[in-house]
Amino acid sequence: MCRTVDLHQAVLAKNDERAVALRERLAARGTASVNLLSSPGSGKTALLEHLLARCAADGLPAAAVTADLATENDATRLARSGAPVRQILTDGLCHLEAGMLGRHLDGWLPEETAVLFVENVGNLVCPASYDLGETLRVVLASVTEGEDKPLKYPTAFGLANAVVITKTDIAEAVEFDRAAFLRNVRQVNPGVPVLETSARTGEGTAELLELILRCRSGDRPVHRPALAARHEPLLHHRHEDDADAGHDHGHGHDHGGGDGHGRGHRHAPARQGAGAP
Amino acid sequence: MHELSIAVEAVARIEEALDRRERSGADDGTGRVTGVTLRIGELAGVVPDALRFAFDIATESTRLAGARLEIETVRGLGRCPACGRTEPTGLPPLLWCEPCGTAREVLAGRELEIACVELAGPAVAAGAADGAREPGDPIREANHVPHR
Repeated sequence: MCRTVDLHQAVLAKNDERAVALRERLAARGTASVNLLSSPGSGKTALLEHLLARCAADGLPAAAVTADLATENDATRLARSGAPVRQILTDGLCHLEAGMLGRHLDGWLPEETAVLFVENVGNLVCPASYDLGETLRVVLASVTEGEDKPLKYPTAFGLANAVVITKTDIAEAVEFDRAAFLRNVRQVNPGVPVLETSARTGEGTAELLELILRCRSGDRPVHRPALAARHEPLLHHRHEDDADAGHDHGHGHDHGGGDGHGRGHRHAPARQGAGAP
Repeated sequence: MHELSIAVEAVARIEEALDRRERSGADDGTGRVTGVTLRIGELAGVVPDALRFAFDIATESTRLAGARLEIETVRGLGRCPACGRTEPTGLPPLLWCEPCGTAREVLAGRELEIACVELAGPAVAAGAADGAREPGDPIREANHVPHR
């Protein structure tokens, strides 16, 4: 004899809870957190070197956490900026999780930090599923990677609050088709701001930092990706676990809620309000 | 290959839910889990085959060992708020309504949810169960959007 027990739980509920808590913790102290995502070699570390140098020049307290499977090379590079830098070695894990990041920040992140950069593991698949409590998720693609990158990794690009094109100084040499790239970004994430940067010339760094700071101060709403919309909450069919055998599974999982979906729900994550100061 | 992390999380959430049911008297804790049903949206960024492989590893030496994994795939569904047209998003998703010049709303396809588990053995006490969700459980929405 068998019986079915309904659970209706998000698989990553624990990570989401921790991310919500971390987001609140950072917001309360005025720290904007920026989660940088890209494939290996897109230029996250080089861009971050420029960003940290600019923060230092502007007298803006910044800090960086960099995650890699192995080696502390990136932390060594970033530390040259003078900003506090911490290396997280994931020991083979392909992504950062909110709890892991939170533990590394405990007792380390200086209180006055205005911007915390989190350089995720170089990977466009796995890190996309994990909320790190960030204010902004920035996804990078270099001009050498192909214009269809946003379509190949729709979850990563679809959930970005900003997209950054890197290595634009060689765009012409590699015949980067900017229009095609922008079209592909729009397909999976309409309206997301796209910035162009070059770590060689320094182009675009100031604009990116300005975007981050305006989102931090609330001058500019954080772009809310279409893919990030919450679906119809499952509260309306909380017909508690049924200990009876032969539970009726005919109930509807109504995701067609249309107008009201996800809004005004009291369990809405902090992220939803992140863009609405 | 974050599917292993996801499988490990799913197993942990199910074990927790079963523990709560046991404490609430809805179960006696002896029932072996014979099946697990996960609902996975095609836009969730999870590969079902990789998850199946990972599930067998993640369930080893747990109450879920040997359980059958069912994966219900949820299609991506988008709606244009301007023209009201609702249609599959496809994969990669088309979230831009060209004629209207508007972003589509995603109605479904981001699910990463434990739908139900199947337990061997008879129910302990019908109607006694409120175990899987305790009052105040902060995460009641099963649709997973990483934050977001």
